[in-house]
Amino acid sequence: MSVSNLKAGILYFPGTNCETDLVNTLNQRYGMRTELLWHTESFPVDHDIYFVPGGFSYGDYLRSGALAARSASIRSLKEAANKNIMIVGICNGFQILTEAGLLPGALIRNENLKHICKWVDLQADGSWAKRIHQPFQWPISHSEGNFTASSEEIKKLKDEDRIIFRYPENVNGSTENIAGITDSSGRIIGLMPHPERALNETKDYSYTKNSSGDYFFKNLFQMI
Amino acid sequence: MHYHGKVKVCFKKSVLEPQGKAVELQLKETRHTGISEIRVGKWIDVKMEAGNDNEARQKLQKLADEILYNPVMETCEIEVERI
Repeated sequence: MSVSNLKAGILYFPGTNCETDLVNTLNQRYGMRTELLWHTESFPVDHDIYFVPGGFSYGDYLRSGALAARSASIRSLKEAANKNIMIVGICNGFQILTEAGLLPGALIRNENLKHICKWVDLQADGSWAKRIHQPFQWPISHSEGNFTASSEEIKKLKDEDRIIFRYPENVNGSTENIAGITDSSGRIIGLMPHPERALNETKDYSYTKNSSGDYFFKNLFQMI
Repeated sequence: MHYHGKVKVCFKKSVLEPQGKAVELQLKETRHTGISEIRVGKWIDVKMEAGNDNEARQKLQKLADEILYNPVMETCEIEVERI
């Protein structure tokens, strides 16, 4: 199916700040229709893919993503998960998906206690390693990106090839250098880096260093 | 009856607790001695209505399980007190 015939639902919450980046990416770059879905409302599950963008939902109160994960829109997102529709959580979106129980583990404070905002090297694994020259760089911007889970859960993630992105150099203390994982179906994806911020090559490397994020979105579209 | 619910949330011992580590480091730098294993947690106060102590405890435990702590990384202790 052509991407222009697809519709993405983008969930947002008080404090989300990357929803416009995703709308611009999906809509203007790829021609996909988008609909923003506010947290207070449940929604009919009639989209082809859902995104939970980055930001600071509910000011990161209690735990990052904890309050957003209990909202009305997430109840609808769980219906979408049951229908095997693709769901992608980026940064705070990843934190929300773990808090909602759609992905395992949790994201805790970076080991060095600092908010890290920089371009980092990444390594893709399994089917995600195709069509990308490794390592590639995407930006990260987070205080709580240090992935943790029980040793049983980590073993399961490894055995089932569900760790799809790693930091070759561990920037935040994540167990197994994890930057991105999937659920057991491979249809729910969570990652801390921002591929939507790596889409345009410009001379100003501090802003957009490369366009390797394109590979991420094209892979996603093939999976829909 | 009115109850005062108290919820204490701490990171599991197996989970790195960087805030406690930072506090510990700072205390050592300011020459406080004989101090170790500082861990920073959360204390949550709740005013509740319940028929008896047992009901109050169950109600608070449910609240804790549903949202106040994340068992992947935290432990939780609850207390209820009639007021």
